[in-house]
Amino acid sequence: MESALGRGLEAGFGLRRGDSFRIDLRLSIPAGTTVALLGPNGAGKSTAVSAIAGLLPIDSGSISLAGITLDEPAAGVLVPPEARRIGVVFQDFLLFPHMTVIDNVAFGLRSRGVSRAEAMDRARAWLERLDLTGFERRKPPQLSGGQAQRVALARALVIDPDLLLLDEPLAALDVTTRVGLRRALARHLDDFPGPRLVITHDPTEAFLLADEVHIVEDGAVTQSGSPDEIRLRPRTAYAADLAGSNLLFGEATRGQVVVGSHLIHLAERDVDGEVLLTIRPSAISVHRIEPEGSQRNTWQTSIAVMERLGERTRIGTGAPLPLTVELTSEATNDLDLEVGKTVWLAIKATEIGVEAGSVETRSE
Amino acid sequence: MSRRTLRPPPLMVFLGSIGLAIFVVPFAGLLARVPWSDLLTLLADDFVTDALRLSLVTSLAATLIAVIVGIPLAWIMARLEFPGRSLVRGLVTLPLVLPPVVGGAALLFALGRRGLVGEPLNQATGLLLPFSTWGVVVANTFVAMPFLVITVEGALRNLDQRFEGAAASLGAGRWTVLRRVTLPMIGPSLVAGLVLTWARAFGEFGATITFAGNLQGRTQTMPLAVFVALESDRDTAVALSLVMVIVSLAVLVGLRERWWKAL
Repeated sequence: MESALGRGLEAGFGLRRGDSFRIDLRLSIPAGTTVALLGPNGAGKSTAVSAIAGLLPIDSGSISLAGITLDEPAAGVLVPPEARRIGVVFQDFLLFPHMTVIDNVAFGLRSRGVSRAEAMDRARAWLERLDLTGFERRKPPQLSGGQAQRVALARALVIDPDLLLLDEPLAALDVTTRVGLRRALARHLDDFPGPRLVITHDPTEAFLLADEVHIVEDGAVTQSGSPDEIRLRPRTAYAADLAGSNLLFGEATRGQVVVGSHLIHLAERDVDGEVLLTIRPSAISVHRIEPEGSQRNTWQTSIAVMERLGERTRIGTGAPLPLTVELTSEATNDLDLEVGKTVWLAIKATEIGVEAGSVETRSE
Repeated sequence: MSRRTLRPPPLMVFLGSIGLAIFVVPFAGLLARVPWSDLLTLLADDFVTDALRLSLVTSLAATLIAVIVGIPLAWIMARLEFPGRSLVRGLVTLPLVLPPVVGGAALLFALGRRGLVGEPLNQATGLLLPFSTWGVVVANTFVAMPFLVITVEGALRNLDQRFEGAAASLGAGRWTVLRRVTLPMIGPSLVAGLVLTWARAFGEFGATITFAGNLQGRTQTMPLAVFVALESDRDTAVALSLVMVIVSLAVLVGLRERWWKAL
């Protein structure tokens, strides 16, 4: 039995494009683990995808997958993209527009010398697994965003890759269908036994899909850690903004959401079913005594963690609902906050973002 | 008020109609002169059948050569960065604007018996291009291939190369990518380029008569035969012209509308 690390991705490389742009990344993804590269556009994420997929040779360092070196300039090793066993879901999916869905999925197998009959059988099995039965003969322009995404996933997975690489897998999708599709995608990622790498500019996506998040700024990783670690202890101002929101799953009944043992009130009354709530840390106010006023979400809690980040301070609260709260350091001093102290929290209902979570992937 | 603005401007319609007439009148004149009763006899003449056969063979051969060497040339121009690329593009475009007679003369100086390339070629292989059917093919290729190169180059530039990267990541080698992704994705432009190339080769006159001469059965293509017949036998000239119009129309109709969008 090989170890999860032995079947994983090991990459530490530098790459230069032109005079001004360079990236320097170090990644280690064991099998069965999802890692996200999270950063703004232009941070070098897509360049990293190209390097790992073999579309762009690296300048220094090495990339190896499942114990095989794919690119190492110092050793003169460069495995071309077609010989790498990497399933890539590209940004915009890049389904071949002149081929049917099943030909798209079978393409990788046919290119690798699998007979037509067998390639079709295996492609059909994957389409079935991803709920795409009946779409075999369609052309990509006739698919919805969610369907196209699943075809792209089937196309990447059918070749039985050693690494699954997803470049902005949800960016091309309609906002209203994104939540349901994100959850379906999380399920598909879990089903893939090898290492998985998700590239995204969307923190929600990174935090919900990944076990470990690397924040990329200007071509370099500025922070790595679990989603919780990054949310609580962002090391740069950018990470703090990016890592920002508290994400809560709950069950809504007429605008009231049960999250664990806690009840949160929403501004709209007509929200029902599963929902994903997003609350910005700076939208939560902290008080020494029970606040008065119009806020309907107030409760008492204790301070579990406190991190100072220059002029801002991030606080992790304890039961009944662990949240990340951001205050100015001045306010923190004024309130005389410290770990272990009991405080009141208040959130305006209008500051709570709501995404319906019950969107079914089949109902497109 | 609004009705008035919807009426097309009279001057525009008048001038446009004259423009259309410039295309229509010659065909009407040609059709009016067609000797319908003698048509089959005229067309069965060796003089006509030789020219038609030669035209079809040489224009198709030129198109084939354009495919084999023109597509790689278009690919190089679209995809590789090299010094003098704009010079190369200029050279490829030159035959489009150059008088074909000058092209024919240039071919003669280069490939003739005493030519720069023609002399060593003749000594090494015994091959002599001027006044041979191969000469017609060379002249046709020289004049017509730019249509294919320019069209395909433009299509390759507009193609999102990430599709080729996606194909490579799925395990496709370079040739598979070219055959199954690149060429199909530029398909409409490729077909349009092929048709323009073939049509230009089919109608080639100036470079052919200058470089390959006017020998019945060997170098006398349809346009040359029309030119000769105009001097001696007008009815044959009209019949030959009619055949060329019909063949060209058939190609246009056969391609249908969708291919023309790529032009």
